[in-house]
Amino acid sequence: MEKPTVDQVWEWLDAVPDPEIPVISLVDLGIIRDVAWQGDTLCVALTPTYSGCPATSVIEMDVETALRGHGIEKLELKRQISPPWTTDWLTEKGRAKLEDYGIAPPQPAGGPSRCPQCHSTNLERISQFGSTPCKATWRCRDCLEPFDYFKCI
Amino acid sequence: MTRDEALFEFLLRMGDNTLILGHRVSEWCGHSPVLEEDIALANTALDMIGQTQLWLGLAGEVEGKGRTADNLAFLRDAWDFRNVLMVELPNGDFGQTLMRQFLYDAWSFVMTDWLKGSADERIAAIAEKAHKEVTYHLERSGDTVIGLGDGTEESHRRMQAALDYLYPYCGEMFEKDKADELLAEAGIAPDPAELRAEYDDIVGRVLAEATLAIPGGDYVHKGGRNGRMHTEHLGHLLTSMQWLQRAYPGAAW
Ligand SMILES: [Zn+2]
Repeated sequence: MEKPTVDQVWEWLDAVPDPEIPVISLVDLGIIRDVAWQGDTLCVALTPTYSGCPATSVIEMDVETALRGHGIEKLELKRQISPPWTTDWLTEKGRAKLEDYGIAPPQPAGGPSRCPQCHSTNLERISQFGSTPCKATWRCRDCLEPFDYFKCI
Repeated sequence: MTRDEALFEFLLRMGDNTLILGHRVSEWCGHSPVLEEDIALANTALDMIGQTQLWLGLAGEVEGKGRTADNLAFLRDAWDFRNVLMVELPNGDFGQTLMRQFLYDAWSFVMTDWLKGSADERIAAIAEKAHKEVTYHLERSGDTVIGLGDGTEESHRRMQAALDYLYPYCGEMFEKDKADELLAEAGIAPDPAELRAEYDDIVGRVLAEATLAIPGGDYVHKGGRNGRMHTEHLGHLLTSMQWLQRAYPGAAW
């Protein structure tokens, strides 16, 4: 088999959903840090979102399954923690998809900019933590819907 | 004591603190007063267990005897643990759990902030990751201490009791021995006493806002971080935490 280009591999990885928020891809989440060929081995570097995120090993398995499915035989997955993951690495596409899905995307100000349902800015924080380590729980005071906010770190 | 022996000791201290406190906090899972607090405590515990994997993983690497983070967590007995006594104490009520979390988070915040500039790059990388999480934990535990301290008569009374009980355990985090000296000289880890001023500043500010009084007296409960004498509580915690690996050696998911 001919070696696929690095761009091709990125495209494949962009089709692998995040296991906890399947509406965005691993590339959207910004946790794929590097894709490179070393000789005939494909090396992919991943970084965890939070150090205790239980999804990390599932993600590694999903990446491996996807790339093997595309015929990659020699594969090396590397877990890298430095520099630490930041929500700045979320793609624009990913941020838009999060909001469509009902999760407010991270903001530098430290809170959601608007309700993902009705776009009201009349909001209150319920808890600094949410259903996964990367989210906090907020509520809209207008439509009264509670929603997840993707924490900015 | 060689530099690597000192480093191993230091990494056990870091990893055992997060492991034992992470385990304690996880005991709240399903028992918290409200759902949001349950989720918050479970997430905090999860972050600390994640940090444990990094600290103890590196400890095993430095030791060079092929022990993994799991081996160190599940196959050592009480006297080999190097956590400070405060983190192994039973949770007490919700207020006491949050007070301990705050007193620990403030130290962890100052410590990981220093370690981001460690001369050992592996330590700096872990610290940079952990510091982001700890910053968030400190914000929450500090806010909760203020909310409950400056809350109702009942919550104030409980928070003051928690502080009176826990404060004498804080001093151990700033104790120094040969291992600390060696690492401080090499710029790998701080002289623990050096962190005290910033710690006192954070703790003093939050407790003042919480209308809580720092107890007088300078007695310090210690013996955990050097392994000389743990409390009886650690053994009980380990029987629960290590049970599966002891009963079914090598069991894997
Ligand atoms: Zn709304």
